[in-house]
Amino acid sequence: MSSQDDGDDVALELDCRGMLCPLPVITLARRISEVEVGERIAVLADDPAASADIPAWCRMRAHTLLESTADRYLVERTH
Amino acid sequence: MTDSGPSPRLSARESRRPARAYLDAASSEPLHPAAREVLVEALDAGWADPARLHHEGRTARLLLDNAREVIANALGARPDEVRFTSSGTTAVHAGVTAIAAARRRTGVRVVHSAVEHSAVLHAAAVAGEPDEVGVDRLGRVDLAAFADAVGRPGVALAALQSANHEVGTRQPVAQAAEVCTASGVPLLVDAAASVARDNVPPGWSALTASAHKWGGPAGVGVLAVRKPVRLLPRWPVEEREDGLSPGHPDVPAVLAAAAALQARRSEAAELDARHRDWVAGLRKRIAADVPDVELTGDPDDRLPHVLTFSCLYVDGEALVTALDAEGFAVSSGSACTASTLRPSHVLAAMGVLTHGNVRVSLGRTTTYDEVDRFGFVLPGLVRRIRAEAGL
Repeated sequence: MSSQDDGDDVALELDCRGMLCPLPVITLARRISEVEVGERIAVLADDPAASADIPAWCRMRAHTLLESTADRYLVERTH
Repeated sequence: MTDSGPSPRLSARESRRPARAYLDAASSEPLHPAAREVLVEALDAGWADPARLHHEGRTARLLLDNAREVIANALGARPDEVRFTSSGTTAVHAGVTAIAAARRRTGVRVVHSAVEHSAVLHAAAVAGEPDEVGVDRLGRVDLAAFADAVGRPGVALAALQSANHEVGTRQPVAQAAEVCTASGVPLLVDAAASVARDNVPPGWSALTASAHKWGGPAGVGVLAVRKPVRLLPRWPVEEREDGLSPGHPDVPAVLAAAAALQARRSEAAELDARHRDWVAGLRKRIAADVPDVELTGDPDDRLPHVLTFSCLYVDGEALVTALDAEGFAVSSGSACTASTLRPSHVLAAMGVLTHGNVRVSLGRTTTYDEVDRFGFVLPGLVRRIRAEAGL
């Protein structure tokens, strides 16, 4: 599910729409190693908990949340 | 009787069931023994209508007045400032809406922290225009932003809890009260989480609490309002409780609530020391024994009996259910199944993990063995749920 869409320079896009918490965060954690350090993952998630939990996961795991708009989260792998 | 037939299986089932450890005191505590005694006596003595002039009515009235004095004393209020409602929630609803309505000419904004109890959020939305003030990672309100919001024109009232009901963090109520006084804005303090545990901070204009959280019966709320604060109830008004709580009050329950609060205030120092010690120990133990766990709330400036944590990659409801099967009653702010759509607004406002969340809260009958056993059982359950998710 790799894509280089909408000029975001996204290395991997994860479609977690329809998943309930904590599945979007589990999916992100499992697959972050599929991109290189410095690359970006876009996560699509419409579970209400994702808006708190994806930023919290990035903080706890020391990755960078570049932006979150509506149901889309852009995460950079930092280590 | 030679053949007694099938033997009762209840005892066999009971013996297989693990001993129960009720660690959800922040939701509700069992009836205090002092309250039970008073309740049983008051059921016989205080059933009549306290508004009536006959002997039976006057007897009920005396009990009600006595309860009012005891509770006023515990809250640092005057008896004529205390009204009884049918729950903590109705106390909040009545206080917020009646104060806001009386201040309509001044403004309609209701300033409140983002981590208030949902009763405050709901009441603020009905009373006027909610003006929410953010909190830090520990759940403490941004005092500068609170002061800014209160200082702007058009504020009907401000609301700030004494301490957070989900994570235990105390709020800077005394400072908030100073800010409100300077701006001439009444401050409603929801003290439901702390009344049995902490001294009520000074400076409030209105204060609310709920008896079942201090070992009184459910169905008794308290709304105390300082004398100069004006109230304009927006519902049919009658003479009882100054129109703030219509209908015949449950006098026996109110008196039992007073007895429980008095008893709890006298036990508070001892329980405080015990619970602080156990919670601090459990906090360390969970941090050491459970990987990827986030302990939430202020570790020091907090209620003595509440400990909240979130376990990464864990379904909060699955963890509550697994703990229940092991005999532990706890609550969770997670929304990991379809039964709740949104996770705790408190955890979300703090910016902490909302899934895998558990709140442990100790009551007056909690034993060290129960807390110790919880600390022993938890890591294995978290491991099992993570393994089931393939982690």
